[in-house]
Amino acid sequence: MASTITTPDTVDDRVSTRSVGVRLLSRPEIGSLVGAAVILLFFAATAAPFRDINNVGTILYGAALIGVMAVPVALLMIGGEFDLSAGVAVTTAGLTAGIFAYQFSVNVWLGMVVSLAVALAVGAFNGWLLMRTGLPSFLVTLGTFFILQGLNIAVTRLTSGAVASNSVGDMDGFSSAHAVFASQFKLGGITVKIIIVWWIVFVAVAAWFLLRTKVGNWIFAVGGDAAAARAVGVPVKKVKIGLFMTVGFFAWFTGMHLLFAQNGVVQSGEGVGKEFLYIIAAVVGGCLLTGGYGSVVGAAVGALIFGMVQLGVVYAGWNPDWFKAFLGVMLLLATIVNLVVKKKAEAR
Amino acid sequence: MVRWQKKAVAAGAALVLVAALGACSSSGGKKDEEKAGGSGGNVANTPRMKVALITHSKPGDTFWDIVRRGAEAAAQKDNIELQYSSDPDGAGQANLVQTAIDSKVDGIAVTLNKPDAVIPNVKKAVAAGIPVTVLNGGLDTWKTSGAIGYFGQDERIAGQATGEKLKALGAKKVICVIHEQGNVSLEARCQGIKDKFGAVENLNVDGADQPGTQATITSKLQQDKTADYVVALNAGVALTAVQAAKDAGSSAKIGSFDMSKEMAKAVKDGTVDFAVDQQPYLQGYLAVDAIWLNKTNGDTIGGGEATLTGPAFIDKTNIEAVEKYATAGTR
Repeated sequence: MASTITTPDTVDDRVSTRSVGVRLLSRPEIGSLVGAAVILLFFAATAAPFRDINNVGTILYGAALIGVMAVPVALLMIGGEFDLSAGVAVTTAGLTAGIFAYQFSVNVWLGMVVSLAVALAVGAFNGWLLMRTGLPSFLVTLGTFFILQGLNIAVTRLTSGAVASNSVGDMDGFSSAHAVFASQFKLGGITVKIIIVWWIVFVAVAAWFLLRTKVGNWIFAVGGDAAAARAVGVPVKKVKIGLFMTVGFFAWFTGMHLLFAQNGVVQSGEGVGKEFLYIIAAVVGGCLLTGGYGSVVGAAVGALIFGMVQLGVVYAGWNPDWFKAFLGVMLLLATIVNLVVKKKAEAR
Repeated sequence: MVRWQKKAVAAGAALVLVAALGACSSSGGKKDEEKAGGSGGNVANTPRMKVALITHSKPGDTFWDIVRRGAEAAAQKDNIELQYSSDPDGAGQANLVQTAIDSKVDGIAVTLNKPDAVIPNVKKAVAAGIPVTVLNGGLDTWKTSGAIGYFGQDERIAGQATGEKLKALGAKKVICVIHEQGNVSLEARCQGIKDKFGAVENLNVDGADQPGTQATITSKLQQDKTADYVVALNAGVALTAVQAAKDAGSSAKIGSFDMSKEMAKAVKDGTVDFAVDQQPYLQGYLAVDAIWLNKTNGDTIGGGEATLTGPAFIDKTNIEAVEKYATAGTR
């Protein structure tokens, strides 16, 4: 994934005087890459199954489950906002597609289209309300978080009479949708879940978008100083609403994976707490909580760190009572390495 | 709304309409599902009562949905208005008990999986003359709370029975998957298996995150190649474990606690070996019915002792008898 770090081909005169090494070190994701390397070496040394090449697919899958959502969450954080409803929005998307297709006995793909519309609408609502009221995104998306959590359970019970959605596993379109969102293939002994491929594609596209397009520049601008950005003609409102809708799109995508990886059934209580994992991945990957700085590749590395630690603890066969404590220590370790490297880089 | 947004909405709506005209699924879906037969019968002519059912469930958990169904069935029959509430946090659940006392209910059915937090308020309810029944959790502590009855299974005994079953099945190494770290009942189940079976290793996963659970179980099976049985402590985790074993290329078999519609299917087609059923419907039903019997006739179900609702093993040999109830969401 690190291959997406590229040097600009149109050289700006302010950076052309600095060496490649220094330029590389001043990238937001470099600290997290070092952190990832430390964690990788640590588990490779302590956990034998971690070294087994066949298990790479499992670790990448654990990372991709967070990584896909970390892409838009990182963009949103660079744009100066964050979204607490992102975790349950994934469940909402999965439930909407499943419930719609089941209740109306229609092709699953139609349910997915409706679900996409709902997910984008939720994102648009978040962005619109934020811009309309001027409230902090913490409050607006906390409200959405509770609304979605309640709707997930209430609507599921109203339609299916239970707290899990009815299975769409035997309905038309399931197998083709399963192939797109939740299939897997073998690659030299490694079982690769297709969501890993999608994750890499998303990271590459989003990184290019952020670094090479006008809108990418706008995102940095609105996150750094919205008033100044507005003064130079950046459409702040559009950018922010667009960012929230991007979160909506990815929530839909992850929700589709959730639905099709579980034989077409979604539990309505899922997803609570996941929003923090997405934010953690972005922060470990170098995004500032205050906005205006960060990278998509960094967020991907952050997700990779989380995946490696989460499963590394299991691969090491440590006493499970200590699981969360290990996880916390490792994440702090990665973040501190990240910080130290960044300070060193800035000092040059 | 700006122009491109309007266009997008219009395009989306058009797509939905077009697709709706010719996209009916030829299989599955609601149309395909036969309605389960409705319940008939008369309602008791005793005075209308108000009973609160207060659990430690997280929202959206299938197991607790079945408990609630049982309670609602009893309430309907007994002319009771049932007020359901839940809070996974001990202090929060205790506060819900206080709320029930304040709203002057005629009876309270409560879980005591967090006994230290909840029992003080249960005692208050008892002191206020409100009969209390305990269900699901609290086998060791329900008597001290002053409750009139207990309906659930002894988790340790259920675990031990599972241990014996695993021994009989010829298992060698068992992974016991705990989906809520620190939950006393779940720990007791794994401990019970260990009592009788020995080679048991616990694994903590986050029960509210199915794909993450799957990745964790996969990695455990890759790490420990000797494991030949995974025992999940709820139906959702068990079905995830089936997928995880497939991913890990492991031949480990899956055993589970609790039933659900999907679990019944899995037991029937053999992807899950067995399920230990504690009959949650019965727990909810009896906990409410016991209050009614106590109020109207001075009865105590269990006669002052715990009434055990499990463990009952469900496997290929008896799944036929259970399946239709599981499909209807009452088993």
